[in-house]
Amino acid sequence: MVNAERALDALGDPTRRRVLKRLRSGSRSVGDIAQGLDVSRPAVSQHLKVLRSAGLVAVRAEGTRRLYAVDTRGLDALRGWLDGFWDKALVAFKAEAEREERKRS
Amino acid sequence: MTVQTTSTETDPNCVRKSITVRARPDVAWRVFTEKMGTWWPLANYKIGKAKAVDAVIEPRVGGRWYERGDDGSTCDWGRVLTWEPHSRLVLTWDIDANWQPDPTLNTEVEVRFIADGKDTRVALEHRRLDRFGARRDEMRRIFDTEGDWGRLLEMFARAAAA
Repeated sequence: MVNAERALDALGDPTRRRVLKRLRSGSRSVGDIAQGLDVSRPAVSQHLKVLRSAGLVAVRAEGTRRLYAVDTRGLDALRGWLDGFWDKALVAFKAEAEREERKRS
Repeated sequence: MTVQTTSTETDPNCVRKSITVRARPDVAWRVFTEKMGTWWPLANYKIGKAKAVDAVIEPRVGGRWYERGDDGSTCDWGRVLTWEPHSRLVLTWDIDANWQPDPTLNTEVEVRFIADGKDTRVALEHRRLDRFGARRDEMRRIFDTEGDWGRLLEMFARAAAA
């Protein structure tokens, strides 16, 4: 629960949402992320720090570079909620569609 | 379990579901779009104060997606972005996690109907979930209280364990 709350808090900032979007296509360095965003490198670093502590971004070292990537854990609670909802709805939908199909044949 | 979650999920920003239905695509499409009220869990998942009696999708791009109460009132859930009969439907989902309407939310639900012999594979993707983050204050309240969210997570845990 704490994780999800922090994730939502982190995502409340539009720049952080843009940073996360930049990472969806793969790992990037800070400089790479800052490019194309109208934000300084130190500011991007600060945003990455918040995203990391919220479990939305992970970092790994590659040689002397630090590469940032999306971490799926941060949104797990939110996804769990929608996951459960759609499970329930789709099972009910399946039953109804199959009833309708039997009626037709 | 008849509903599958895509296990190779790498995008935290969406939820993907897939279910195979023993019905042809036109039937599956019709039940999903025209007869949503027959299967949507209206008892728990609705917005209005009135008892919800139907869930309606207007059959065109730009159409409303809404619930209808037994007193004739309606509450919007979203709108139609893509309308390709028997094959693909995209709706906006403008309901927050506390089951309250928020027309600015604009998360998206895409449903594809894929023929598989006499069956249909129905693939659902609920995406742009980071948009929930723009409403973080409301979301935080939900986490802080024993509201719908906790109840839903509990239901999910039970369903997952079954």
